[in-house]
Amino acid sequence: MERTTLDLWVGIFVVAGIAALVVLALKVGNLSTYNMSETYQLQAHFTNVGGLKPTASVRSAGVLVGRVTSIMLDTERYEARVTMSIDKRYQFPTDTFANILTSGLLGEQYIGLLPGGEEEMLKDGGEFKKTQSAVVLEDLIGKFFTSSVDAK
Amino acid sequence: MAIVSSLRGIGKRVVNAVWRLGYGARFFLMTLFYSGMSFRRFRLTVRELFFSGVMSLIIILVAGMFVGMVLGLQGYETLKRYGSESALGSLVALSLVRELGPVLAALLFASRAGSAMTAEIGLMKATEQIAAMELMAVNPIARVVAPRFWAGVISMPLLAALFSAMGVFGGYVVGVVNIGVDEGSFWSQMQAAVDLRDDILNGVIKSVVFGLVVTAIALFEGYDAPPTAEGVSGATTRTVVQSSLAILMLDFILTALMFRGE
Repeated sequence: MERTTLDLWVGIFVVAGIAALVVLALKVGNLSTYNMSETYQLQAHFTNVGGLKPTASVRSAGVLVGRVTSIMLDTERYEARVTMSIDKRYQFPTDTFANILTSGLLGEQYIGLLPGGEEEMLKDGGEFKKTQSAVVLEDLIGKFFTSSVDAK
Repeated sequence: MAIVSSLRGIGKRVVNAVWRLGYGARFFLMTLFYSGMSFRRFRLTVRELFFSGVMSLIIILVAGMFVGMVLGLQGYETLKRYGSESALGSLVALSLVRELGPVLAALLFASRAGSAMTAEIGLMKATEQIAAMELMAVNPIARVVAPRFWAGVISMPLLAALFSAMGVFGGYVVGVVNIGVDEGSFWSQMQAAVDLRDDILNGVIKSVVFGLVVTAIALFEGYDAPPTAEGVSGATTRTVVQSSLAILMLDFILTALMFRGE
Protein backbone atom coordinates (compact mmCIF):
# COMPACT_ATOMS: atom_id res chain seq x y z
CA MET A 1 0.00 0.00 0.00
CA GLU A 2 1.39 3.38 -0.91
CA ARG A 3 -0.17 6.77 -0.90
CA THR A 4 -1.47 8.15 -4.16
CA THR A 5 -2.76 11.51 -5.34
CA LEU A 6 -6.20 9.92 -5.43
CA ASP A 7 -6.06 9.48 -1.65
CA LEU A 8 -5.13 13.12 -1.30
CA TRP A 9 -8.14 14.25 -3.32
CA VAL A 10 -10.52 12.03 -1.39
CA GLY A 11 -9.02 13.38 1.83
CA ILE A 12 -9.54 16.95 0.67
CA PHE A 13 -13.12 16.10 -0.28
CA VAL A 14 -13.94 14.57 3.10
CA VAL A 15 -12.28 17.40 5.02
CA ALA A 16 -14.14 20.01 2.93
CA GLY A 17 -17.45 18.23 3.46
CA ILE A 18 -17.01 18.00 7.21
CA ALA A 19 -15.82 21.61 7.31
CA ALA A 20 -19.02 22.62 5.50
CA LEU A 21 -21.09 20.77 8.11
CA VAL A 22 -19.19 22.50 10.92
CA VAL A 23 -19.66 25.89 9.26
CA LEU A 24 -23.38 25.20 8.91
CA ALA A 25 -23.62 24.17 12.56
CA LEU A 26 -21.59 27.06 13.96
CA LYS A 27 -22.11 29.98 11.63
CA VAL A 28 -25.61 29.26 10.33
CA GLY A 29 -27.15 27.23 13.15
CA ASN A 30 -25.39 29.03 15.99
CA LEU A 31 -24.49 25.94 17.97
CA SER A 32 -22.52 27.98 20.47
CA THR A 33 -25.58 29.25 22.36
CA TYR A 34 -26.94 25.75 22.87
CA ASN A 35 -24.41 24.20 25.18
CA MET A 36 -24.22 26.91 27.76
CA SER A 37 -21.64 25.97 30.37
CA GLU A 38 -23.76 25.04 33.38
CA THR A 39 -27.38 25.81 33.98
CA TYR A 40 -30.03 25.67 36.68
CA GLN A 41 -33.79 25.41 36.28
CA LEU A 42 -36.32 28.10 37.13
CA GLN A 43 -40.07 28.17 36.64
CA ALA A 44 -42.74 30.77 36.08
CA HIS A 45 -46.52 30.68 35.67
CA PHE A 46 -48.16 32.79 33.01
CA THR A 47 -51.86 33.25 32.30
CA ASN A 48 -51.05 33.38 28.60
CA VAL A 49 -47.76 32.56 26.87
CA GLY A 50 -48.84 33.84 23.44
CA GLY A 51 -46.40 32.65 20.79
CA LEU A 52 -43.60 31.66 23.17
CA LYS A 53 -41.86 28.45 22.12
CA PRO A 54 -39.33 26.08 23.68
CA THR A 55 -35.73 27.23 22.93
CA ALA A 56 -36.94 30.85 23.04
CA SER A 57 -34.33 33.05 24.69
CA VAL A 58 -34.42 34.39 28.23
CA ARG A 59 -32.87 37.83 28.48
CA SER A 60 -32.08 40.24 31.24
CA ALA A 61 -31.20 43.81 30.25
CA GLY A 62 -31.00 42.46 26.69
CA VAL A 63 -28.29 39.94 27.55
CA LEU A 64 -28.98 36.27 26.78
CA VAL A 65 -28.96 34.44 30.13
CA GLY A 66 -30.85 31.23 29.30
CA ARG A 67 -33.42 29.41 27.23
CA VAL A 68 -36.97 28.16 27.65
CA THR A 69 -36.86 24.37 28.00
CA SER A 70 -40.54 23.44 28.28
CA ILE A 71 -44.02 24.94 28.27
CA MET A 72 -46.87 22.96 29.83
CA LEU A 73 -50.38 23.60 31.03
CA ASP A 74 -50.59 23.37 34.81
CA THR A 75 -54.01 21.77 35.31
CA GLU A 76 -54.17 22.78 39.00
CA ARG A 77 -54.15 26.47 38.21
CA TYR A 78 -55.00 26.33 34.48
CA GLU A 79 -52.02 28.47 33.73
CA ALA A 80 -49.00 27.85 31.56
CA ARG A 81 -45.94 26.62 33.44
CA VAL A 82 -42.76 27.67 31.69
CA THR A 83 -39.50 26.00 32.68
CA MET A 84 -36.26 27.69 31.66
CA SER A 85 -32.62 26.84 32.14
CA ILE A 86 -30.51 29.77 33.26
CA ASP A 87 -26.76 30.07 33.04
CA LYS A 88 -25.11 29.34 36.44
CA ARG A 89 -23.12 32.54 36.21
CA TYR A 90 -26.26 34.65 36.63
CA GLN A 91 -28.31 34.76 39.85
CA PHE A 92 -31.62 36.58 40.23
CA PRO A 93 -33.37 37.95 43.35
CA THR A 94 -36.58 36.24 44.48
CA ASP A 95 -38.72 39.25 43.52
CA THR A 96 -37.60 39.29 39.89
CA PHE A 97 -40.26 40.12 37.31
CA ALA A 98 -40.60 37.67 34.36
CA ASN A 99 -42.29 39.26 31.34
CA ILE A 100 -43.05 37.81 27.93
CA LEU A 101 -41.84 40.36 25.43
CA THR A 102 -41.61 40.59 21.66
CA SER A 103 -38.46 41.56 19.79
CA GLY A 104 -39.61 44.13 17.27
CA LEU A 105 -43.15 44.43 15.97
CA LEU A 106 -43.35 41.00 14.34
CA GLY A 107 -40.33 39.35 15.89
CA GLU A 108 -40.21 36.25 18.03
CA GLN A 109 -41.21 36.26 21.68
CA TYR A 110 -38.78 35.91 24.55
CA ILE A 111 -38.79 36.17 28.32
CA GLY A 112 -37.39 39.34 29.81
CA LEU A 113 -36.20 39.28 33.43
CA LEU A 114 -36.40 42.47 35.48
CA PRO A 115 -34.51 41.94 38.76
CA GLY A 116 -35.93 43.33 41.98
CA GLY A 117 -34.15 44.48 45.14
CA GLU A 118 -34.43 41.42 47.37
CA GLU A 119 -31.27 40.11 49.05
CA GLU A 120 -32.18 36.42 48.66
CA MET A 121 -31.44 34.73 45.35
CA LEU A 122 -33.55 32.16 43.47
CA LYS A 123 -32.29 28.58 43.82
CA ASP A 124 -32.46 25.69 41.36
CA GLY A 125 -36.13 24.77 40.86
CA GLY A 126 -37.30 28.15 42.15
CA GLU A 127 -40.15 30.14 40.72
CA PHE A 128 -40.67 33.69 39.57
CA LYS A 129 -43.70 34.88 41.55
CA LYS A 130 -44.29 38.05 39.60
CA THR A 131 -45.03 37.50 35.93
CA GLN A 132 -46.60 39.39 33.09
CA SER A 133 -48.22 37.50 30.22
CA ALA A 134 -47.79 38.01 26.53
CA VAL A 135 -49.67 40.90 24.98
CA VAL A 136 -52.46 39.48 22.85
CA LEU A 137 -53.28 41.87 20.05
CA GLU A 138 -57.01 41.01 20.02
CA ASP A 139 -57.36 41.82 23.72
CA LEU A 140 -55.53 45.07 23.20
CA ILE A 141 -57.81 46.08 20.33
CA GLY A 142 -60.85 45.00 22.37
CA LYS A 143 -59.76 47.18 25.28
CA PHE A 144 -59.12 50.08 22.96
CA PHE A 145 -62.64 49.83 21.52
CA THR A 146 -64.41 49.51 24.86
CA SER A 147 -62.48 52.39 26.34
CA SER A 148 -63.22 54.65 23.37
CA VAL A 149 -66.94 53.77 23.66
CA ASP A 150 -66.84 54.62 27.38
CA ALA A 151 -65.22 57.96 26.65
CA LYS A 152 -68.17 58.99 24.55
CA MET B 1 -58.68 -11.11 -30.03
CA ALA B 2 -57.13 -7.69 -29.92
CA ILE B 3 -58.56 -7.19 -26.41
CA VAL B 4 -57.12 -10.47 -25.18
CA SER B 5 -53.67 -9.73 -26.50
CA SER B 6 -53.62 -6.19 -25.12
CA LEU B 7 -54.79 -7.50 -21.72
CA ARG B 8 -52.07 -10.08 -21.92
CA GLY B 9 -49.57 -7.33 -22.67
CA ILE B 10 -50.64 -5.31 -19.62
CA GLY B 11 -50.48 -8.37 -17.39
CA LYS B 12 -47.04 -9.24 -18.66
CA ARG B 13 -45.81 -5.73 -17.91
CA VAL B 14 -47.19 -5.75 -14.38
CA VAL B 15 -45.73 -9.17 -13.62
CA ASN B 16 -42.44 -8.04 -15.08
CA ALA B 17 -42.39 -4.89 -12.94
CA VAL B 18 -43.12 -6.82 -9.75
CA TRP B 19 -40.50 -9.39 -10.71
CA ARG B 20 -37.93 -6.68 -11.25
CA LEU B 21 -38.83 -5.04 -7.96
CA GLY B 22 -38.23 -8.28 -6.11
CA TYR B 23 -34.96 -8.83 -7.94
CA GLY B 24 -33.94 -5.27 -7.08
CA ALA B 25 -34.74 -5.79 -3.39
CA ARG B 26 -32.69 -9.00 -3.34
CA PHE B 27 -29.85 -7.20 -5.11
CA PHE B 28 -29.96 -4.43 -2.48
CA LEU B 29 -29.86 -6.94 0.38
CA MET B 30 -26.98 -8.81 -1.29
CA THR B 31 -25.10 -5.50 -1.56
CA LEU B 32 -25.54 -4.88 2.17
CA PHE B 33 -24.61 -8.50 2.95
CA TYR B 34 -21.38 -8.42 0.94
CA SER B 35 -20.35 -4.95 2.18
CA GLY B 36 -17.62 -6.35 4.41
CA MET B 37 -14.98 -6.16 1.72
CA SER B 38 -15.59 -2.47 0.96
CA PHE B 39 -14.55 -1.67 4.53
CA ARG B 40 -11.84 -4.30 4.98
CA ARG B 41 -10.25 -3.23 1.70
CA PHE B 42 -11.19 0.41 2.15
CA ARG B 43 -8.99 1.40 -0.79
CA LEU B 44 -11.69 0.09 -3.12
CA THR B 45 -14.22 2.48 -1.55
CA VAL B 46 -11.74 5.36 -1.59
CA ARG B 47 -11.32 4.90 -5.34
CA GLU B 48 -15.07 5.15 -5.81
CA LEU B 49 -15.27 8.11 -3.44
CA PHE B 50 -12.90 9.84 -5.82
CA PHE B 51 -15.06 9.15 -8.84
CA SER B 52 -18.46 9.86 -7.32
CA GLY B 53 -17.53 12.45 -4.67
CA VAL B 54 -14.48 14.41 -5.73
CA MET B 55 -15.44 14.53 -9.39
CA SER B 56 -18.87 15.94 -8.44
CA LEU B 57 -17.31 18.73 -6.36
CA ILE B 58 -17.08 21.35 -9.11
CA ILE B 59 -20.66 21.03 -10.29
CA ILE B 60 -21.97 20.98 -6.69
CA LEU B 61 -19.98 24.05 -5.64
CA VAL B 62 -20.83 26.11 -8.72
CA ALA B 63 -24.50 25.12 -8.65
CA GLY B 64 -24.74 25.84 -4.91
CA MET B 65 -23.19 29.26 -5.37
CA PHE B 66 -25.63 30.23 -8.11
CA VAL B 67 -28.69 28.84 -6.32
CA GLY B 68 -27.72 30.88 -3.26
CA MET B 69 -27.27 33.99 -5.38
CA VAL B 70 -30.68 33.55 -6.99
CA LEU B 71 -32.24 33.01 -3.57
CA GLY B 72 -30.59 36.21 -2.38
CA LEU B 73 -31.97 38.22 -5.31
CA GLN B 74 -35.47 36.76 -5.33
CA GLY B 75 -35.76 36.72 -1.57
CA TYR B 76 -34.74 40.35 -1.39
CA GLU B 77 -37.26 41.38 -4.04
CA THR B 78 -40.09 39.67 -2.14
CA LEU B 79 -39.05 40.63 1.39
CA LYS B 80 -38.59 44.27 0.34
CA ARG B 81 -42.36 44.57 -0.16
CA TYR B 82 -42.91 43.81 3.50
CA GLY B 83 -39.99 45.92 4.64
CA SER B 84 -38.26 42.94 6.20
CA GLU B 85 -35.06 42.67 4.16
CA SER B 86 -33.25 41.78 7.36
CA ALA B 87 -34.92 38.34 7.28
CA LEU B 88 -33.03 37.57 4.05
CA GLY B 89 -30.41 35.55 5.91
CA SER B 90 -32.93 33.24 7.53
CA LEU B 91 -34.82 32.81 4.25
CA VAL B 92 -31.68 31.83 2.33
CA ALA B 93 -30.32 29.54 5.04
CA LEU B 94 -33.59 27.78 5.86
CA SER B 95 -34.52 27.04 2.27
CA LEU B 96 -31.02 25.77 1.52
CA VAL B 97 -30.46 23.67 4.63
CA ARG B 98 -33.94 22.15 4.70
CA GLU B 99 -34.79 21.62 1.04
CA LEU B 100 -32.63 22.92 -1.75
CA GLY B 101 -29.29 21.66 -0.45
CA PRO B 102 -30.21 17.97 -0.09
CA VAL B 103 -32.62 17.84 -3.05
CA LEU B 104 -30.63 19.74 -5.66
CA ALA B 105 -27.35 18.13 -4.63
CA ALA B 106 -29.02 14.71 -4.92
CA LEU B 107 -30.47 15.54 -8.36
CA LEU B 108 -27.06 16.70 -9.56
CA PHE B 109 -25.46 13.64 -7.99
CA ALA B 110 -27.94 11.34 -9.74
CA SER B 111 -27.23 12.81 -13.14
CA ARG B 112 -23.49 13.26 -12.63
CA ALA B 113 -22.42 10.18 -10.65
CA GLY B 114 -25.45 7.87 -10.80
CA SER B 115 -25.57 7.76 -14.58
CA ALA B 116 -21.81 7.14 -14.71
CA MET B 117 -22.16 4.22 -12.29
CA THR B 118 -24.92 2.65 -14.37
CA ALA B 119 -23.02 3.04 -17.61
CA GLU B 120 -19.82 1.67 -16.09
CA ILE B 121 -21.40 -1.43 -14.59
CA GLY B 122 -23.63 -1.99 -17.62
CA LEU B 123 -20.58 -1.86 -19.87
CA MET B 124 -18.63 -4.15 -17.56
CA LYS B 125 -21.47 -6.59 -17.94
CA ALA B 126 -21.68 -6.15 -21.72
CA THR B 127 -17.97 -6.80 -22.09
CA GLU B 128 -18.31 -9.84 -19.81
CA GLN B 129 -16.00 -8.53 -17.11
CA ILE B 130 -18.60 -9.39 -14.48
CA ALA B 131 -18.86 -12.94 -15.79
CA ALA B 132 -15.06 -13.19 -15.83
CA MET B 133 -14.94 -12.18 -12.15
CA GLU B 134 -17.44 -14.86 -11.25
CA LEU B 135 -15.31 -17.34 -13.17
CA MET B 136 -12.32 -16.36 -11.03
CA ALA B 137 -14.43 -16.88 -7.88
CA VAL B 138 -14.49 -13.14 -7.18
CA ASN B 139 -17.92 -11.99 -6.07
CA PRO B 140 -18.77 -9.04 -8.36
CA ILE B 141 -21.24 -7.62 -5.85
CA ALA B 142 -18.59 -7.47 -3.13
CA ARG B 143 -15.85 -6.29 -5.49
CA VAL B 144 -17.68 -3.89 -7.83
CA VAL B 145 -21.11 -2.98 -6.46
CA ALA B 146 -20.71 -2.59 -2.68
CA PRO B 147 -17.76 -0.13 -2.76
CA ARG B 148 -19.68 2.10 -5.17
CA PHE B 149 -22.74 1.91 -2.96
CA TRP B 150 -20.91 2.98 0.19
CA ALA B 151 -18.99 5.67 -1.66
CA GLY B 152 -22.33 7.14 -2.77
CA VAL B 153 -23.83 6.94 0.72
CA ILE B 154 -20.77 8.63 2.25
CA SER B 155 -20.31 11.35 -0.33
CA MET B 156 -23.95 12.46 -0.62
CA PRO B 157 -24.30 14.19 2.80
CA LEU B 158 -20.88 15.82 2.36
CA LEU B 159 -21.88 17.13 -1.06
CA ALA B 160 -25.22 18.40 0.27
CA ALA B 161 -23.46 20.21 3.14
CA LEU B 162 -21.03 21.80 0.67
CA PHE B 163 -23.95 22.82 -1.52
CA SER B 164 -25.75 24.50 1.39
CA ALA B 165 -22.61 26.21 2.68
CA MET B 166 -21.81 27.51 -0.81
CA GLY B 167 -25.41 28.64 -1.21
CA VAL B 168 -25.34 30.61 2.04
CA PHE B 169 -22.12 32.22 0.83
CA GLY B 170 -23.77 33.05 -2.53
CA GLY B 171 -26.75 34.58 -0.74
CA TYR B 172 -24.34 36.59 1.39
CA VAL B 173 -22.47 37.86 -1.67
CA VAL B 174 -25.64 39.04 -3.40
CA GLY B 175 -27.58 40.16 -0.34
CA VAL B 176 -24.91 41.85 1.75
CA VAL B 177 -22.07 42.70 -0.62
CA ASN B 178 -24.12 43.64 -3.70
CA ILE B 179 -27.49 44.89 -2.48
CA GLY B 180 -26.33 46.10 0.91
CA VAL B 181 -28.54 44.31 3.43
CA ASP B 182 -27.15 44.90 6.91
CA GLU B 183 -24.52 42.26 7.58
CA GLY B 184 -25.26 41.95 11.30
CA SER B 185 -28.96 41.31 10.87
CA PHE B 186 -28.29 38.92 7.95
CA TRP B 187 -26.26 36.59 10.17
CA SER B 188 -28.11 37.08 13.45
CA GLN B 189 -31.55 36.46 11.91
CA MET B 190 -30.12 33.38 10.22
CA GLN B 191 -28.70 32.07 13.47
CA ALA B 192 -31.94 32.77 15.32
CA ALA B 193 -34.01 30.92 12.70
CA VAL B 194 -31.89 27.85 11.94
CA ASP B 195 -32.03 25.09 14.52
CA LEU B 196 -29.22 22.57 14.77
CA ARG B 197 -31.41 19.51 15.23
CA ASP B 198 -34.62 20.48 13.46
CA ASP B 199 -33.03 21.97 10.37
CA ILE B 200 -29.40 20.96 9.91
CA LEU B 201 -29.63 17.40 11.22
CA ASN B 202 -32.84 16.75 9.29
CA GLY B 203 -31.13 18.04 6.14
CA VAL B 204 -28.26 15.62 6.71
CA ILE B 205 -30.70 12.72 7.26
CA LYS B 206 -32.45 13.63 4.02
CA SER B 207 -29.21 13.67 2.07
CA VAL B 208 -28.14 10.29 3.48
CA VAL B 209 -31.47 8.78 2.41
CA PHE B 210 -31.16 10.33 -1.06
CA GLY B 211 -27.61 9.04 -1.42
CA LEU B 212 -28.77 5.54 -0.50
CA VAL B 213 -31.66 5.57 -2.95
CA VAL B 214 -29.77 7.13 -5.86
CA THR B 215 -26.82 4.77 -5.66
CA ALA B 216 -29.05 1.72 -5.12
CA ILE B 217 -31.08 2.58 -8.23
CA ALA B 218 -27.99 3.39 -10.30
CA LEU B 219 -26.20 0.18 -9.35
CA PHE B 220 -29.21 -2.03 -9.89
CA GLU B 221 -29.99 -0.51 -13.29
CA GLY B 222 -26.39 -1.08 -14.34
CA TYR B 223 -26.32 -4.62 -13.04
CA ASP B 224 -29.66 -5.46 -14.62
CA ALA B 225 -28.98 -3.76 -17.98
CA PRO B 226 -29.26 -5.92 -21.10
CA PRO B 227 -25.67 -6.42 -22.27
CA THR B 228 -26.04 -4.40 -25.45
CA ALA B 229 -25.26 -0.80 -26.40
CA GLU B 230 -28.98 -0.10 -26.51
CA GLY B 231 -29.56 -1.80 -23.16
CA VAL B 232 -26.86 0.26 -21.42
CA SER B 233 -28.13 3.53 -22.82
CA GLY B 234 -31.69 2.68 -21.77
CA ALA B 235 -30.52 1.76 -18.29
CA THR B 236 -28.64 5.04 -17.93
CA THR B 237 -31.74 7.00 -18.90
CA ARG B 238 -33.86 4.99 -16.46
CA THR B 239 -31.38 5.69 -13.67
CA VAL B 240 -31.65 9.44 -14.07
CA VAL B 241 -35.45 9.42 -14.49
CA GLN B 242 -36.18 7.02 -11.66
CA SER B 243 -33.76 8.44 -9.16
CA SER B 244 -34.94 12.01 -9.84
CA LEU B 245 -38.54 10.97 -9.27
CA ALA B 246 -37.58 8.95 -6.21
CA ILE B 247 -35.70 11.94 -4.74
CA LEU B 248 -38.64 14.30 -5.17
CA MET B 249 -41.22 11.85 -3.83
CA LEU B 250 -39.08 10.83 -0.87
CA ASP B 251 -38.43 14.49 -0.18
CA PHE B 252 -42.14 15.08 0.23
CA ILE B 253 -42.52 12.09 2.53
CA LEU B 254 -39.49 13.02 4.64
CA THR B 255 -40.57 16.66 4.85
CA ALA B 256 -44.05 15.59 5.95
CA LEU B 257 -42.51 13.40 8.66
CA MET B 258 -39.95 15.96 9.82
CA PHE B 259 -41.76 19.29 9.68
CA ARG B 260 -45.35 18.66 10.57
CA GLY B 261 -45.62 22.25 11.66
CA GLU B 262 -46.17 22.03 15.39
